[in-house]
Amino acid sequence: MWEYTDKVLDHFRNPRNVGTIKNPDGVGEVGSMACGDALKLVFKLDKQGRIADVKFQTFGCASAIASSSALTEMIKGLTLAEAEKITNQDIANFLGGLPEQKMHCSVMGREALEVAIANYRTGKTSKKILEGKVVCHCFGVTEDEIVRVVRENRLTTVEQVTNYCKAGGGCGKCRDEIEAIITRVRGEEPAAPVAPQPAPRLTTLQKIRLIEETMEKEIRPALKKDGGDIELMDVMDNRVVVALRGMCANCQVARFTLKDVVEAKLREFVAPDLVVEEAHP
Amino acid sequence: MRTVYLDNNATTQPAPEVIEAMLPFFTELWGNPSSMHVFGGQVRRHVELARAQVAALIGADPSEILFTSCGTESDNMAIRGAVEAANAPVNVITSRVEHPAVLEPCRMLKERGVPVIELEVNGKGQIRLDDLRLALSRGRAVVSLMWANNETGVIFPMAEATELVKAAGGIMHTDAVQAAGKLPIDVRRLPVDLLSLSGHKLHAPKGIGVLFIRRGTRIRPLLLGGHQENGKRGGTENVPYIVGLGRACELAARALGDETTRVAALRDRLQAGILAACPDVRVNGDEVQRLPNTLNISFQYIEGESILYHLSDCGIAASSGSACTSGSLEPSHVIRAMGVPFMAAHGSIRFSLSRYNTAADIEYVLENLPPIIKKLRAISPFAAL
Repeated sequence: MWEYTDKVLDHFRNPRNVGTIKNPDGVGEVGSMACGDALKLVFKLDKQGRIADVKFQTFGCASAIASSSALTEMIKGLTLAEAEKITNQDIANFLGGLPEQKMHCSVMGREALEVAIANYRTGKTSKKILEGKVVCHCFGVTEDEIVRVVRENRLTTVEQVTNYCKAGGGCGKCRDEIEAIITRVRGEEPAAPVAPQPAPRLTTLQKIRLIEETMEKEIRPALKKDGGDIELMDVMDNRVVVALRGMCANCQVARFTLKDVVEAKLREFVAPDLVVEEAHP
Repeated sequence: MRTVYLDNNATTQPAPEVIEAMLPFFTELWGNPSSMHVFGGQVRRHVELARAQVAALIGADPSEILFTSCGTESDNMAIRGAVEAANAPVNVITSRVEHPAVLEPCRMLKERGVPVIELEVNGKGQIRLDDLRLALSRGRAVVSLMWANNETGVIFPMAEATELVKAAGGIMHTDAVQAAGKLPIDVRRLPVDLLSLSGHKLHAPKGIGVLFIRRGTRIRPLLLGGHQENGKRGGTENVPYIVGLGRACELAARALGDETTRVAALRDRLQAGILAACPDVRVNGDEVQRLPNTLNISFQYIEGESILYHLSDCGIAASSGSACTSGSLEPSHVIRAMGVPFMAAHGSIRFSLSRYNTAADIEYVLENLPPIIKKLRAISPFAAL
């Protein structure tokens, strides 16, 4: 069985907003029978231009149903401008995460919303029309779609692309082309920071391990250049007790080092609420 | 909550008698059967008794029974071993619907330049004997055809196919992993050269398999490094599991007949009940030439994984040929090879019974399944069409 979160299972077992709407303002249909999942999303706006009602119908696995249900809950009450900012990652996060191989379910949700909004604005067909060059012929995935999932989800391997949009999951002939697209997109944004993830809850042991790792990779090299070093003494909830060694131990600016470098790095890489203190001998 | 296990083509519950037979071989009888002392000697006797029990299930001579680690190893050894032992170039003939344990070694051989022919199946999942005849006319061949299909339960015409292969001077292997214990097998009447079995499909534990090698059949070992199993498979014998498998084969031989008829009646009741309660369903595969325990059925407009999760919530275990359950993106190669449309392939569910199932189990499924189908169709965008 898949490792589904309780929230995924809840939305699968008790899907919200199932059905259709009479005279909807926007309709979005994506997926197909051949692919094994399909989603039809319809919405109606109120006088202020907010999504007053939204319904879905899904053919697909547990996570496809849960992703659709989650999406309807997320966009209710939003303006279209707000709704179209939702990414597939937002849908996955709302559900407490999806198995990697099931990320394409969240992408299907985002695509259906996009098509429904376009349908409202342009009146164009509610079916998703392939625009641009088709890369994966087995699943009908275009270059633009692959570029988008690579960019939005910071994907680095062909396998991930397959998990996120199915491209490359059939005969496999397009895998080289997908590889080239990844290289190109990655090349455009070499050192961009990782998209902010909701801070996971860590056990104390995990926290200590992560702190040690961060100190080793991010902090110690800088201190060692000045002949100093740092040692982790204790971790109590969000308090991190460290001792400065070597040259740092007697350094006048050690206090700044602690706050500006050590604490900042630990907050960035471990948890945003950490407070660093110096151990008193 | 009540649990109903209907996934016996995936694995079966180990029989209590089997486990009981195995336990002494973890405690007092732990010797190496090859040893020249009493620790080994008394264990050797039990290994040979088990070999005789397995041989009896399929009508073989005990010397023709080789123990392996699983059905997959048996299939690999049969196909690769027979091709590598052939003096002259051979073709490999198999079918589209074989288990990956057969298809993958065949495809590996193909990459190495061995001509491989995969026979197509018709809408019922059956090969055509004329196709086999044609393939055999292209030269000497190692043929691997499954006795019964794991997903659909479809039984291939084994007697006719074997006759054709032997008449053409070929080597005949059959993957009988799903057939053993469900159908009578007698290699005295059926002249197959190689036949694979797996313990955990007939109420022995996982981790033990058998390859029947007819006396005189040339085969290259896969595992080198010991004189065990007549030098055909190195490695100290997995004694507790061999003993367990022997006992399981003995039980299976006894259950053939009356028990099989009882299981077939339960399966038929399940099929009739589903067809009566759910519209837009189709049975996949030949309904006549079919294992007594297997029902593969497609529910239109909905997807297999979501059916399985709802069934699991009711304590019912089955499996699906949908893409989503396999971790791949494409539905079962078996269902697709039969030309079943995509939608039905994604909504296919396999129920596979065992002698431990009861009439109450089937009624419980028939009570719980139709509302699940209805609920999922209410969500589906296709159902209203």
